[in-house]
Amino acid sequence: MTTGNDFTLLWLQAGSCGGCTMSVLERGGAGWLEELRRFGVRLLWHPSLSEETGEEARAILGRVERGEERLDALLIEGSVLRGPEGTGRFDMLAGTGRSMFDWVRALAPRADYCVAVGSCAAFGGVPAGAPDPTDACGLQFSATEIGGALGADFRSRSGLPVVNISGCAPHPGWIMETVAALALRCFTAADIDAFGRPRLFADHLAHHGCSRNEFYEFKASAEDVFERGCLMEHLGCKATQAVGDCNQRAWNGGGSCTQAGSTCIACTSPGFEATRGFHHTPKIGGIPVGLPLDMPKAWFVALAALSKSATPARVRENARSDRVARGPAPGAEKRAGAEKKK
Amino acid sequence: MTRIVVGPFNRVEGDLELTLDIDDGVVREARVAASLYRGFEQLLLGRPAEDALVIAPRVCGICSVSQSLAAAAVLRGAQNAAPARNGLIATNLAHAAENIADHLTHFYVFFMPDFARAAYAARSWHETAQTRFRAVSGAALREALPARARLLETMGLIAGKWPHSLAFRPGGVTRALALGDEMRLVALLADFRGFIERTLFAAPIEAVIELASGDALDRFAHGAGAAGDFAAFVRIARDLRLEQIGRGPGLLMSAGAYLGSDGHHFPAGLLDAATGALRAPPLHAIEEDVSHSFMRDTAGDPARAETVPDIHRPGAYSFAKAPRLEGRAVEVGALARQAVAGHPLIRDLLAPQGASNVFARIVARLLEIALLTQAMDGWTRDLRRSEPFCTPDTPLRDGAFAGFVEAARGALGHWASYANGEIARYQIIAPTTWNFSPRDASGRPGPLEFALQGLDVGAEGASSVALQHIVRSFDPCMVCTAH
Ligand code: SF4
Ligand code: SF4
Repeated sequence: MTTGNDFTLLWLQAGSCGGCTMSVLERGGAGWLEELRRFGVRLLWHPSLSEETGEEARAILGRVERGEERLDALLIEGSVLRGPEGTGRFDMLAGTGRSMFDWVRALAPRADYCVAVGSCAAFGGVPAGAPDPTDACGLQFSATEIGGALGADFRSRSGLPVVNISGCAPHPGWIMETVAALALRCFTAADIDAFGRPRLFADHLAHHGCSRNEFYEFKASAEDVFERGCLMEHLGCKATQAVGDCNQRAWNGGGSCTQAGSTCIACTSPGFEATRGFHHTPKIGGIPVGLPLDMPKAWFVALAALSKSATPARVRENARSDRVARGPAPGAEKRAGAEKKK
Repeated sequence: MTRIVVGPFNRVEGDLELTLDIDDGVVREARVAASLYRGFEQLLLGRPAEDALVIAPRVCGICSVSQSLAAAAVLRGAQNAAPARNGLIATNLAHAAENIADHLTHFYVFFMPDFARAAYAARSWHETAQTRFRAVSGAALREALPARARLLETMGLIAGKWPHSLAFRPGGVTRALALGDEMRLVALLADFRGFIERTLFAAPIEAVIELASGDALDRFAHGAGAAGDFAAFVRIARDLRLEQIGRGPGLLMSAGAYLGSDGHHFPAGLLDAATGALRAPPLHAIEEDVSHSFMRDTAGDPARAETVPDIHRPGAYSFAKAPRLEGRAVEVGALARQAVAGHPLIRDLLAPQGASNVFARIVARLLEIALLTQAMDGWTRDLRRSEPFCTPDTPLRDGAFAGFVEAARGALGHWASYANGEIARYQIIAPTTWNFSPRDASGRPGPLEFALQGLDVGAEGASSVALQHIVRSFDPCMVCTAH
């Protein structure tokens, strides 16, 4: 089954939690491994999945490093840990006596495409949060700053900078669709945004398609974490500022962060880990500090005041309830009133 | 005496390196090293208390719900709050889904592929093992991965997404399930049950749950359940005598799993496998030793300890600390949970040796898949549609608090101190920190180090498959270990 035309993929875990691998294994339908086969992708090695261990695994990495084995895509999951004192010793690739920091720099130039899977590998992620005890960074970014482990000028052999499939963890579809497009060689520099994120998800805001959009329109807001209203005004939702088609595709068969009542913490954005108080909306003079991307503040304030004054009773009531208190059916208002009288 | 280093050790979670001192083909001493440190305990300091609900689950993408729940348990202690009954049920459903998925991944993705290795080419079952269980291309994976994905739709319903869900709160969950959601849950649970009853067990889960002895298990593996992957494992394991290897140090602990309004579904307990003595685990007596860890000296009590790495510490070989209970190494995991709960099959598998072993560890995990699938059905029926799924937060008290849950791999504890609503101290002891701990100051090995002592690796040395079985039987999660 391994023909010379396979698209070879090497997946390594640096300072990761393993969650990106767990996410991609959720790929439904035929399953991720079957899907890789269908796109002609062959795993050279993956630490969670491959048979080869110890010496055999070291041999594979050695062949790639020496250029004896063609590497189409190098996928790195997890932050690159440069500490302590630039040695990388906080993350050693077991059995090799070398740090992942060292391995990443040795292997990346061998790959046609270099892909950061997850916000850790892309931008540093949670391990890079203050006080950043391990001097963690992404492959080509440290938060919003270009550079990272490979440097601002790094280009993989195809000429592309690192492709950053951000997200903590990223949707399995983001990972697989990017890999598939790479394997079919139809993924170009035009397909990533300024932070190297595939536009197939980064062209959207996480807020688009949220099941709470009606509440957002009327600024009918949840005040407690289990209420159904919009989570932006009080509970810290950043989906109007974070990229991702999170609410337009199913997570785990139909969920999404905000659908479940968790605020969007902007996990696809560089530096999301720097937030203090994820569950509260910082405000000045009662107005949220982080306003929707592209929205002038004066407009926001004016529209919010207007829409609040026009909020239908049904929407206002549901916003402060933990489940749908009142449905939109015609006559529902009357029936609800009649029941109350009973 | 020769010293060999084994790594990278794959099909485990995260980075693991073993150093073995071998004499005459026999392992005399083993040193188990976690080679990754990210500093989560340091990252949590100075943050608002609630931020642990976002940061702590990211310790681990495999048991992130467990980490969330331990963090929520600490906050619940500090708030002195009572969770909503429905919230506990929904939490347990999500937690059980994560833990079943974990056991399933371990069995199909991590453990079984070793039987397809060339080392076993001469065995009668090898060809079947290859077709069915080979890594990456084995036929079983093509069925198990979609079944796993379907089960994890529980997370979409209850928690929005997995891993790293943010729906778990001290008072319950952020989403109330409606009638339609409940029906979707029932449907997906039926699908999952269909998969395990068809493929894994080739029998109704009740038949697995009712197995009461090793003999009954063997009869099942050659009879009623013979067509299943579980039976295939039992037959292979008996042929290779996996009950004879990987003997644990003898103490088995559970912190209590799946909290409901009337206590834990699987109780807390500390079992001496040799004597059968069972008592409540003295969780307050847990101490962590750093004598062989790349860490600065600190208090043994996790409520007062700090985590400050010191890469130059003499004699250190792992980023993991060494937790001890009353000075002794303790094994945790599905085997400990079911032994403490008194499941007759598991007690019987421990009896001959008075200790844990590779075979019993795997059987306990698969048994738990059956037990939890059954429990999930029951919990779904227990939901009361008109009641809340979450109680509101109450003000946080300053002070020191601890919270415990059972992750798939065993007891998980978080210890936090709050001052002015901010985190002043935070310590985490994960299941694999127990199982894969390094030596302590008095030289006592951790459970895996103990289990590897005396293993005959013959001329195979580092490539011994038995060695791989023992290590993987614990289902280590190295990212949790040193965090
Ligand atoms: S909860 Fe967040 S994503 Fe949903 S409508 Fe409000 S701001 Fe948008
Ligand atoms: S909704 Fe926000 S936090 Fe959730 S996955 Fe999308 S970007 Fe990340």
